[in-house]
Amino acid sequence: MQVHKYDVVIVGAGGAGMRAAIESGQRAHTAVLTKLYPTRSHTGAAQGGMCAALANVEEDNWEWHTFDTVKGGDYLVDQDAAEVMAKEAIEAVLDLEKMGLPFNRTPEGRIDQRRFGGHTRDHGKAPVRRSCYAADRTGHMILQTLYQNCVKHNVEFYNEYYVLDLLMVDQEVTVDGETRLEKRVAGVVSYDLASGELHIFQAKSIVIASGGVGKVYKTTSNAHTLTGDGMGIAFRRGIPLEDMEFFQFHPTGLAGLGILLSEAARGEGAILRNSEGERFMERYAPTIKDLAPRDIVARSMANEVREGRGAGPNKDYVLLDLTHLEPAHIDAKLPDITEFARTYLGVEPYTEPVPVFPTAHYAMGGIPTNISAEVLADNDTVVPGLYAAGEVACVSVHGSNRLGTNSLLDINVFGKRAGIAAAAYALTADFVEIPENPTVETEELLNRARSSEGGERVALIRKELQDIMDANVQVFRTEETLLEALSVIESLEERYTRITVQDKGKRFNLDLLEAVELGFLLDMAKVMTAAALHRQESRGGHFREDFPERDDENFMTHSMAYRDPSATRTSGVRLETKPVIFTRYQPMERKY
Amino acid sequence: MEKEPASKVELAPGVGGGGEIPTFDITLKVRRYNPEISDEAHWDEWKLTMYGTDRVLDALHRVKWEHDGSVSFRRSCAHGVCGSDAMRINGRNRLACKTLLKDLDTSKPILVEPIKGLPVEKDLIVDMEPFFQSYREIMPFLVSKGHSPTKERLQSSEERERYDDTTKCILCAACTSSCPVFWTDGQYFGPAAIVNAHRFIFDSRDDAGDMRLEILNDKEGVWRCRTTFNCTEACPRGIQVTKAISEVKQAILTRKV
Repeated sequence: MQVHKYDVVIVGAGGAGMRAAIESGQRAHTAVLTKLYPTRSHTGAAQGGMCAALANVEEDNWEWHTFDTVKGGDYLVDQDAAEVMAKEAIEAVLDLEKMGLPFNRTPEGRIDQRRFGGHTRDHGKAPVRRSCYAADRTGHMILQTLYQNCVKHNVEFYNEYYVLDLLMVDQEVTVDGETRLEKRVAGVVSYDLASGELHIFQAKSIVIASGGVGKVYKTTSNAHTLTGDGMGIAFRRGIPLEDMEFFQFHPTGLAGLGILLSEAARGEGAILRNSEGERFMERYAPTIKDLAPRDIVARSMANEVREGRGAGPNKDYVLLDLTHLEPAHIDAKLPDITEFARTYLGVEPYTEPVPVFPTAHYAMGGIPTNISAEVLADNDTVVPGLYAAGEVACVSVHGSNRLGTNSLLDINVFGKRAGIAAAAYALTADFVEIPENPTVETEELLNRARSSEGGERVALIRKELQDIMDANVQVFRTEETLLEALSVIESLEERYTRITVQDKGKRFNLDLLEAVELGFLLDMAKVMTAAALHRQESRGGHFREDFPERDDENFMTHSMAYRDPSATRTSGVRLETKPVIFTRYQPMERKY
Repeated sequence: MEKEPASKVELAPGVGGGGEIPTFDITLKVRRYNPEISDEAHWDEWKLTMYGTDRVLDALHRVKWEHDGSVSFRRSCAHGVCGSDAMRINGRNRLACKTLLKDLDTSKPILVEPIKGLPVEKDLIVDMEPFFQSYREIMPFLVSKGHSPTKERLQSSEERERYDDTTKCILCAACTSSCPVFWTDGQYFGPAAIVNAHRFIFDSRDDAGDMRLEILNDKEGVWRCRTTFNCTEACPRGIQVTKAISEVKQAILTRKV
């Protein structure tokens, strides 16, 4: 077993991880561990843009952006964090431009901007052009630009290294004569895919930037590799997870496939229609219609289908209509997504509307952090040296529903903050001693998976998990569907102890890693469902049919899910609450 | 700009496709290699029933998840943007997630092999390090001299358009590993590295074009290109790779971009 020593170790090489690495790598001895190659991460699949109040094409300011973010998140957003994000958005876009990102340009040569869902002028008066973009491949350009700058700064990458455990220790600290135990992080345990060997990375600072958990669902825009590993390792080591009941369903996934068609299509003028040809969003959001936030549009679509106005032979999708747009305009602004429609569904978007349905897209919740990206062990205790940024984290800037483009923004603003803070901490702190037998749990986990001969198949358990999550923990939820989902997940967990991994080798054993990833998926599905059960109200992306109203009196709080085997009624997940931070906006009814 | 679309329209019958999605049978043959077991490579084959919208990646997953878990390949996004699953499908370099089975001749076995010219590690997984090494050598990052402006640098839409095509690269290696020169001479930079050099050489904001042209004027640089167009055919992003290489050659000769 090899032991490596770095000031800073970053887990994940998507947008947040590489943005952190660019800062940290110039200040401290830094390594990035990624289970993929750096440009494979799912940041590259983001399409529409990154909002910042540059005001390049019309009047705008960061305060309006803050308000939209808070209202978009149905007031569950921590307003200090939203202010930081909207304010630093401007610099974040300019940073990327200076790093070389090829933004689309205005006739004057400035960065061009376009409309996006929920982004408005003057507190909701009308849609505003705020999204900075590069055609419909903004995420691709961000990922490439960040990798290019990592190459420029000689950042060290360990490719295809899976981080499977976080080495946490309880350290005695004495403050004002009082001695107590505090959580400290000593490093991570990592599995090298090529050799099958475990490596220890000891570091003063760890940044978790490993992305989301979309693969708990069947219909999803997410990559196969988004299995919640980062959330999982933190949760297993006693770190709570915040607001996990809030999962975003993107309105326009290609029907039946879940492949994302950017909201930029609607930003450029496309609209949704039901089987009767009706532009139904006029009924649900009279002011901004098809550019309402994603939770509202997704729910409206699902409702049209439920009420029998779905299109297609099974009446199970609606239609995204671009046929009134000029083909040249579509080619210039939306080339990739129109190609997806042609390639995967054989539909020509110039002349035919495209079948779409909501697709599981983004975890609003995650590892709780403060605005310096420091991880919290409870409502206010920082774990020194441990940071998280991007989809894996919950700052919380997205509250109960993220606005489109705010994820690319989140990774850039809080990735940068995490990188700077992690390096600064590492330059003053000492290494924490690696605990004895640091790999014993990971080895047990791997050996169990490798040697078990129970005959259960990983792929089948995963499929059944995804089926129940799609059926019971999707856009509409009730106590009944959630309880049923929990009991199915528990039975799947039991079967998971009896899996057989066919590949017994050491080299590139992806069969084994899929089994490990399924373990994280099961844990996260359980947390998401238990948190959804706990929240007896409807807010943002979480809609309880048995509690259809927002209930500020009882639930204007974040949820904090802790691993706790004694909480048997909720499958070993204990739910607590954490206050929302308010600065300037009081909750109002959310209408568009 | 666009007109405000109608609140209600008459939809054509059967709009958005319809009817049953047909299933069909295929034979999938995969080139297997695992040095832990044997130094010899061999073919394995499976007969599978697949659906109308399924891709080669779906067939590989079906094999891995239902028949033989040891079949090894890389994949992530599954819709052609991450570049993980370039492989040789019926002798052509393609992304498995973008190749619909119904577009192949399913009356014959579908042959899937690793991309050529890079060392095979296991089954369809190759060592990507030599490929990324070439990429890193062409200075794939913006270099600008002088003070950077407070706000963004200006760039006209025409200047932006000049290098648009080569910004689409996803580093999948389909082009480089389709190049006969690269197969026989692993030192050759290969098309992907040149595409990424092009992306910066023709960016009006960049000041290191001369250095990159000097690097590519090397004996393992652009002059090894024999203009066979394999790379352009292989690119899953539709980049005009051969054209980009020609533009770089031209720039070296004239020292003008």
